[in-house]
Amino acid sequence: MVTRRLILNFPEKIVTKPITYRLVKDYDLQFNILRAEITADVTGKILIEIMGSKNKIEEGIKFLEGEGVSIQEASRDIIVDKEQCLDCGACTSICITQALILDKNNYRLIFDKDKCILCGFCQNCCPVNAIKLNV
Amino acid sequence: MAKTLEEINKKIKNGSVVVLNAEEIIDYAEQNGVKKTARDIDVVTTATFGPMCSTGAFLSFGHSDPPIKMSKVWLNDVPAYAGIAAVDAYIGATELSETEDMNYGGAYVIEDLISGKPVKLRAIAYGTDCYPRKEIETYITLESINQAYIFNPRNVYQNYAAATNSSNKTIYTYMGKLMPNFGNITFSSAGQLSPLLNDPYYRTIGIGTRVFIGGGQGYVAWQGTQHNPGRDRLTNGTPSGPAGTLALIGDMKKMNKNFIRAATFHGYGITMYVGVGIPIPVLDEGMVEFLRVKDEDIYTEIIDYSVQRRNKPSCGKINYKQLRSGSIILKGKKIQTGSFSSYAKALEIANLLKCWIVEGHFLMTNFAAPLPMDEKVNTLNILSKEEL
Repeated sequence: MVTRRLILNFPEKIVTKPITYRLVKDYDLQFNILRAEITADVTGKILIEIMGSKNKIEEGIKFLEGEGVSIQEASRDIIVDKEQCLDCGACTSICITQALILDKNNYRLIFDKDKCILCGFCQNCCPVNAIKLNV
Repeated sequence: MAKTLEEINKKIKNGSVVVLNAEEIIDYAEQNGVKKTARDIDVVTTATFGPMCSTGAFLSFGHSDPPIKMSKVWLNDVPAYAGIAAVDAYIGATELSETEDMNYGGAYVIEDLISGKPVKLRAIAYGTDCYPRKEIETYITLESINQAYIFNPRNVYQNYAAATNSSNKTIYTYMGKLMPNFGNITFSSAGQLSPLLNDPYYRTIGIGTRVFIGGGQGYVAWQGTQHNPGRDRLTNGTPSGPAGTLALIGDMKKMNKNFIRAATFHGYGITMYVGVGIPIPVLDEGMVEFLRVKDEDIYTEIIDYSVQRRNKPSCGKINYKQLRSGSIILKGKKIQTGSFSSYAKALEIANLLKCWIVEGHFLMTNFAAPLPMDEKVNTLNILSKEEL
């Protein structure tokens, strides 16, 4: 059982076509949609966590690409620069999934990437610009 | 059995001084009682590391050949104030760069100088017989100029409000990014570690008190601007809102970037994080009572910053234990809380100051004059000369 986090980009011509459900039906994959939006230029973006066997995930991805969906890995997109970070905790008030919290013992910042849904709210709240998004 | 500062300094010199930080004293007093704590402990180190906008530096550049009497001066395209003598200037933390908007400003110039980086100095002048030069452009470093002292008119605010936003739009303020519909609450205080919250009536902190500032040693120079000792207080002496402030002075050449940092509050402006540590002498049992204050004993108000008026509505009182817990319930809703003041860094400074004192590198001072207890805060209103 493997888990992968991906960003799926749906161009305008397929944004209303039901595609994602096929991952379950045809490839036996479980998925969790962490975030979805239709942007101003009428394209769709989904941040999705897919779980299943390595092979089935690969096949599912090939299927999506065949339908015109473009795919990016999501796991490396947020960087917290610990050298710059002041451990003030300002970002912890903004993070809606509590991926950013202060350690209860030493009060230093902890960033739990697995909880991050790449909402981007933290991006401009750090006073020393220690949080950078690549989305 | 009261102690004097002279006795404590003797112990610092002979290496027998007993020092705790302002967090450790809480448990010590809890376990040993006030009497024994007052006998055992000599000094408690307090500290804070938060954004302090009223921060800046006096710089004295030295004379060029031929000399110039600077009228207007820029450091890395950030305007500084040169209306003092020929080559003295003041660079303020919040001044924005003329070319980089909020990405660079006075606080960044100060941080660059402290980091040893070269900074571009440009000045213009009207020229006189004895100061014939009308303009100059050169590069300076902190070492190449004469005196450079950090002089901050208002630092270490004694308590500050917590902030929230009742409107339906995100707002960008000096209390940071405030999400709509009470989306988050921010605050800025070291709470139980904070200098003025551990000596709420300024018994030991006054003009001339030696302090840790920015990595070096400095002094309390004066009461800070907006010093407001008359604020309502709880029975433990702590004010329920912003009260006292300190003006601080320190040698910039002895500071380091670990303890003084430029920052930008997106959409609001530039400020400077200043690390300050103040050791408090445990003179008597009365001081122990003040020093054992805990986060849950210190309260502030949650203010609605969406109201663009001088007096903003309060959404209720809250203590620092609740604020530091990560979330509170307000109006039946769970709201996340976060600080702009770094408790971790404040603890680091309190512990560093503890080391300095224990190792004999930091002697304490009696203040030369107490902070005034009778100052009031005036407001600025639009008046004609006659109405005044």
